[in-house]
Amino acid sequence: MLNLDDIIRILSEVDEIELEGVSIEAQELIMELKQGLAYIPVAKHAKKEKVEKKKEKLKYERKIREYTGSIQEVQIGATRKEGGTRDYVIKIGGQTTLYPYEGGYKNRPVVSFDVFDIPQPQFPKVLREIWSEVWHDPVAWAEKALEYGADLITIHLVSTDPHIKDTSPREAAKTVEELLQQIKAPIIIGGSGNPEKDPKVFEKVAEVAEGELCLIASANFDLDYKKVAQVAIKYKHNVLSWTSLDINDQKSLNKLLFEEGLPRNRLVQDPTTAALGYGLEYTYSIIQRIKQNALKGDSELQNPISCGVTNAWGARESWMKTPEWGAREYRGPLWETVNALAVLFAGADIMMMLHPLAVKTVKMVITSIFEKVNPSREVKYEDWIKI
Amino acid sequence: MARISPLEVYKLLPGINCKKCGADTCMAFASQLIERKKKVEDCTVLFEEDKYKEKREKLIELLTPPIKEVVIGDGLKVGGEEVLYRHELTFFNPTALFIDISDDMSDEEIEERVRRINKFKIERVGQELKLDGIAIRCKTNDEVRFGEVVLKVVENSKMPIALCSFNPEIIEVGLGIAINRRPLIYAATRNNWKKFAELAKNYNCPLVVYEEDIEKMSDLVQDIEEYGVSDIILDFGTYPQGEPLARAIENMISARRAAIEDGFKPLGKPILGNATVAWLVESDPIKASHLESSLAASLMLNYADIIFMHTLETWAILPLLTLRQNIYTDPRVPIQVEPGLYAIGKPNESSPVLVTTNFALTYYTVASDVEAGKVDAYILVLDTEGLAVEPALAGAKFTASLVKEHLEKFKVDEKVNHKTIIIPGMAARLSGEIEDITGWRVLVGPIDSSRIPKFIEEKWKKNGKA
Ligand code: SF4
Repeated sequence: MLNLDDIIRILSEVDEIELEGVSIEAQELIMELKQGLAYIPVAKHAKKEKVEKKKEKLKYERKIREYTGSIQEVQIGATRKEGGTRDYVIKIGGQTTLYPYEGGYKNRPVVSFDVFDIPQPQFPKVLREIWSEVWHDPVAWAEKALEYGADLITIHLVSTDPHIKDTSPREAAKTVEELLQQIKAPIIIGGSGNPEKDPKVFEKVAEVAEGELCLIASANFDLDYKKVAQVAIKYKHNVLSWTSLDINDQKSLNKLLFEEGLPRNRLVQDPTTAALGYGLEYTYSIIQRIKQNALKGDSELQNPISCGVTNAWGARESWMKTPEWGAREYRGPLWETVNALAVLFAGADIMMMLHPLAVKTVKMVITSIFEKVNPSREVKYEDWIKI
Repeated sequence: MARISPLEVYKLLPGINCKKCGADTCMAFASQLIERKKKVEDCTVLFEEDKYKEKREKLIELLTPPIKEVVIGDGLKVGGEEVLYRHELTFFNPTALFIDISDDMSDEEIEERVRRINKFKIERVGQELKLDGIAIRCKTNDEVRFGEVVLKVVENSKMPIALCSFNPEIIEVGLGIAINRRPLIYAATRNNWKKFAELAKNYNCPLVVYEEDIEKMSDLVQDIEEYGVSDIILDFGTYPQGEPLARAIENMISARRAAIEDGFKPLGKPILGNATVAWLVESDPIKASHLESSLAASLMLNYADIIFMHTLETWAILPLLTLRQNIYTDPRVPIQVEPGLYAIGKPNESSPVLVTTNFALTYYTVASDVEAGKVDAYILVLDTEGLAVEPALAGAKFTASLVKEHLEKFKVDEKVNHKTIIIPGMAARLSGEIEDITGWRVLVGPIDSSRIPKFIEEKWKKNGKA
């Protein structure tokens, strides 16, 4: 089936062989093959033009970018020396550059596991399977979470909600006290979301945890945020400043909290994490804008960012049994993983999460990108062709 | 980077308002060019007359985005981006996902895979999520087999394809078979680039260049361009973990920043990420698919314009396609849903009717909250021009008469046997007026839609149907 075009082409390639040292055998193979298949040459071999003048090449050089602002470094947890009882502390933020490779990252992002003060039977099945054996006891829950690689723990005092169990602030404080005695990791303290009750709960809890530098979650526009700031100042804790997907709200709440007297390095901001598939792009862009504006010098936005990645489980794609979407036991953890990666690369400093596999993968990415650890297995990239 | 203005473009058009381009005026055409709704070639006048040569060239130069747009197959566009961050404008061409086929797979397996890639489709938020192409890799190093497999794929699929081998002879066999499909050629390296450049030039196909060192990549790309290849895609190599992964992503970001922030053209090319490397470290298909999808997400979040993958598990692909849908949503246009009466669960004539806006996020939040609470209900979606409840109220896009209009238009009274609607808590102040002009009773719902199930339980079931 060889035609004239083929012959011309092969001949012209033979010309190249001398130049580039390709063996004749390969050409012969191709000829055989072309006879075997209906080979249709389409392109004509272009005549080689003489290279006249080499154009000056542009040299790539990485430009150093200047940033006028920097992010506050916030410490969560205090050791005995510092007035708390933690074995170790977590430091987040402190960036002076937008990207880690630019050298301005002294702290890597961290992962917190969510722990609740009462069982969570409404959890999706994959989460029930993991946590149901420990969910009657927040300490056992927290211990298991730490085994799974949590950097810190978030205790959600949901039972204090008047519509749930109306647990008293005093009882809630006991839960926190016990947790602080039994586990050595820094903790984040979450309320129930009830705007009347939360400030009261935070007041008692902050008191028993005095000096531990917990992160109180949260101060927001729905409740008496001034009170939250005051108890945090009085008993030495950090405050999570939480707003709903609006960068201007975030700015004003941060500002109001600072005006209450909260030290600049005791605030973490949470612009709300929308779930993957349900407005995640808003969160993604707001985080990027916060980080960029902060590094440009906007002093009301220069604080680390916390993300409730757990919201991923609110998306039905993460839990619903729908055969067309594939097995939900694998889909759920991956849904949370991808949600976490989106906020991580946008610039999150804390990710609150629930599934151990999601946490494992996200921590692998964190140690890769921010700590540049050596890979546990060396691979040769070109081998992907042979998988 | 400042966006070009319609005026700048207008100055380079003939200015005779002849309408040959389909636009009413040259100025209108200028705006459409910027919005990428039209191509320069649509102004035929510019190309017919020699006196416009200079303008034409300037215009093409002006409209070329800092990241070149490359076409694979007969219309899959990759690259073409203008900004580093979506909030600065928008991203244009969603990351293309190519699923691999290996030439050592059996014919049946190949046919089955091709069939699954072709028909993969998931509907989400009114859009169809699909895969974009097939990457055929030569594992056997046997030209005959590779040729057979390319033929099989070409016969069974219309999707764009990539031919993958570091051996130019093998690629040429594939090109001979698939030339009419304008396949993506993978890959030129610093060692073999001349042969690959020759192929890309002769067959007029886009070419991937693989090089892990960004400075060498820049040099290599310029050599290949000078050789006469214009459609180039960059592959910095992808690694499954650790420092090499960090390096790959750093290169991707650096290349994109150099091109967009500094106008450094050699690196202003689409970028290829390769998540299949997950399978080099994980042999268990479930673990490998999880890792692969996580890597693909990381690549997509760091400027990959095209990603190669191996898994075909829906649970592994759906999160990625959803991420892509989110990130590539144009932030300038609020996504809207069609106004209308939507059924959630299995509502009957005594089910509640909830009123909300057609801002997609509002609607989907309400819908998913109602669904999560296992409530059967109707949602009446008002045409608030894509605004959420609060801005719609402020801008008088959410009004009592609009509610009346929609109740009538979508014949709500034929669906339910009661005359009560539930409006968003934020719209409480409209309740009296709505009752007056519609004759329907209004229950003011919660401010946050997450409390809807509880509201239905407590308020609706007790006194809603009265
Ligand atoms: S075809 Fe060209 S000259 Fe005619 S109206 Fe359109 S832009 Fe103007």
